Amino acid sequence: MKYRLHLLTRAAIALAVSMAFASTTALAAKDTIKIGLIDPLSGPFANIGDLGVKGFTSIADHINEEGGILGKEVEIVPFDNKGSAQESLQNLQEAADEGIQYITQGLGSNVGNALVDGVEKHNRRNPDKRIIYLNFAAVDPALTNEKCSFWHFRFDANSAMKMKVITDYMADQEQIKKVFLINQDYSHGQFISKAGKELLAEKRPDIEIVGDVLHPLGKVKDFSPYISQIKSSGADAVITGNWGNDLALLVKAGAQAGLDVNYYTYYGSLVGTPRGIGEAGKGKVKTITEYQENLAVTKNLSDLQEFQENFEEKYAPLEFNVLRTKTEMEMLAKAMEKAGTTDPLEVAYAMEGMTLETGLGKVTMRAKDHQMLQPLFISTLSEDYEKYDAEGTGLGWKTNIEIPADETAVPSSCDMERPPRS
Amino acid sequence: MLESFIFSLLNGVLYGMLLFMLASGLTLIFGMMGVLNFAHASFYMLGAYCAYSISQYAGFWGALVLAPIVVGLVGALTERFGLRNVHKHGHVAELLFTFGLVYVIDELVVLLWGRVPVDYNIPGILDFTLFSIYGSDFPAYRGFILLVAIAMFGAIYVLLVRTRVGMIIRASLSHPDMVGALGHNVPRIFTLVFAFGTGLAGLAGVMAGNYFITEPGMAYAMGPIVFVVVIFGGLGSLGGAFVASLIIGLVTTFAVGMNYSIADLLAGMGITFGQDSVLGVDLSRFGLMLPYLMMVLILIVRPRGLMGARES
Repeated sequence: MKYRLHLLTRAAIALAVSMAFASTTALAAKDTIKIGLIDPLSGPFANIGDLGVKGFTSIADHINEEGGILGKEVEIVPFDNKGSAQESLQNLQEAADEGIQYITQGLGSNVGNALVDGVEKHNRRNPDKRIIYLNFAAVDPALTNEKCSFWHFRFDANSAMKMKVITDYMADQEQIKKVFLINQDYSHGQFISKAGKELLAEKRPDIEIVGDVLHPLGKVKDFSPYISQIKSSGADAVITGNWGNDLALLVKAGAQAGLDVNYYTYYGSLVGTPRGIGEAGKGKVKTITEYQENLAVTKNLSDLQEFQENFEEKYAPLEFNVLRTKTEMEMLAKAMEKAGTTDPLEVAYAMEGMTLETGLGKVTMRAKDHQMLQPLFISTLSEDYEKYDAEGTGLGWKTNIEIPADETAVPSSCDMERPPRS
Repeated sequence: MLESFIFSLLNGVLYGMLLFMLASGLTLIFGMMGVLNFAHASFYMLGAYCAYSISQYAGFWGALVLAPIVVGLVGALTERFGLRNVHKHGHVAELLFTFGLVYVIDELVVLLWGRVPVDYNIPGILDFTLFSIYGSDFPAYRGFILLVAIAMFGAIYVLLVRTRVGMIIRASLSHPDMVGALGHNVPRIFTLVFAFGTGLAGLAGVMAGNYFITEPGMAYAMGPIVFVVVIFGGLGSLGGAFVASLIIGLVTTFAVGMNYSIADLLAGMGITFGQDSVLGVDLSRFGLMLPYLMMVLILIVRPRGLMGARES
């Protein structure tokens, strides 16, 4: 009996607490703009999701310090999708239930594909509570081609754009004669393998493709057998879309075997990778990104330097090198100010074709397919960097070439359905 | 052809030896105590992280000695205050206990060292090329790993088979009451065995942490394959673990180097398939699946593994 009473009081307290909590959140909802961040916060990729939360929160704080958007505060609400597309759809539902109308996601195009479908479906069923999906890293070209959606906006250059830029650059490097492609065996890696071969054949028919290997995603511990293959093929350049340990271990194993090639990577500067690679990548690992920290120095962007340094002070050894997330939030703010409302339909229309000055150049949200065009940079992990090293390795990113936004564009087959404006 | 064969052989033996360093502790603990330690790879990760921290003060050689001892101590405490209490509730409880431990250690590592990989490097003195064949370098550190693994195998073997301590340890498993009646403290022997086994995992961590990358996902990456080795070699059999490690190391490495498919092979015999069918996929893409396939097959054909002592 005593136990039961105990239980009842506990339940009562829990109820009271949760009601109090619910009412405060309901109150807060009126003057905040909530953005749901759906990414893995547990499991093997938690480090990447974790960096996302910290980055977006810092950007939101920065916006709030400057007066918020339309006088409202911005709040980042993290959801843990555990890296799974299925979980992400549940997160989407939870976000919708909380009244969130803006979600953002990055890691994994499988998740991106699921979210585009999920958001489309949700918006058809709930025209009064629509959701916009801001994508900052899922780079599957399909998302702005055959699967494009009015409610999806991509702020990272897609895989096809990056491959175009990489092969343009490689075509100009006379010394490259033999290229080896090594990629993870899933849609992302398969795309790079295919597109890389096609584009190189077109731009530099004299370059010989001496190898094209797909390996299981995230399962290889010892890359030495692959390194032996690269070595015996006589390659002088390697193209890889590998990320995380698949990249770091590849480069490390290469250095141990004395392999002397340049690695053209998509994700050389992803969190944890420079540390994993370390000295092994010196002067060899190149990466294509929309930003790297030393650009703030070469372009004299003191505000951005200050932002980076504050971030690093707070979250060391993490670093802020994903400018596109900041661009994403700034463009969202600009679109809301332009529309004069936070209503997703109006904001989405406002964002179409919108331009913004980031300090590195003008970026445009292409109206046709909602793919942002921005300047891209190819940089090398090098001893000779301007100011900021990468993750305390004593090596930093040094820009090789800047590619203006319009030269990164590739045509899109997107033919999206635009909802009528009321 | 000879060139790639020699490389694959060297790489395969090395990978196999690394696997053996991990698997020996696991199979020892199982063989002696009957406990299947799910958290074994977590102790391996702990070894790498401890080595990183210790090497900041005592250098790599200090870490090589101290880190396995620290991990062994953690293992001893785990056995004394965790497993021993759970033991009386049977094997399922023990399994669940070690399963939970995996998550506890994972989270602890993230709390203490963060999610970003730590900067744990190969010591300068071992960072040179041992020899070069066909233009490819064989790093000295690899030779060192091989050396340590072989020394480890020898030491464990001698300890278990040739010494009194080993006799008592083996007797404690089969006849605990008798050993107890002879005046030996059986629970303490179990603690020692567990500490020794986890210490070996720690040593593997010290050796592999800088060769690969020391990061919070490393236990997750190594866990499954170690179980495959132990099951394939026969639970509890040290020799089995040794042979299985080498076989799995070699098979994975050789398969990765094969750039032709079953369809190519059949085409040679005059049977043609489309390159798009499953048979047209390069064998190298199956390489990492083979160990698991081998485990399934051996469980069907010979459930006790290659050299397993018991049927169950």
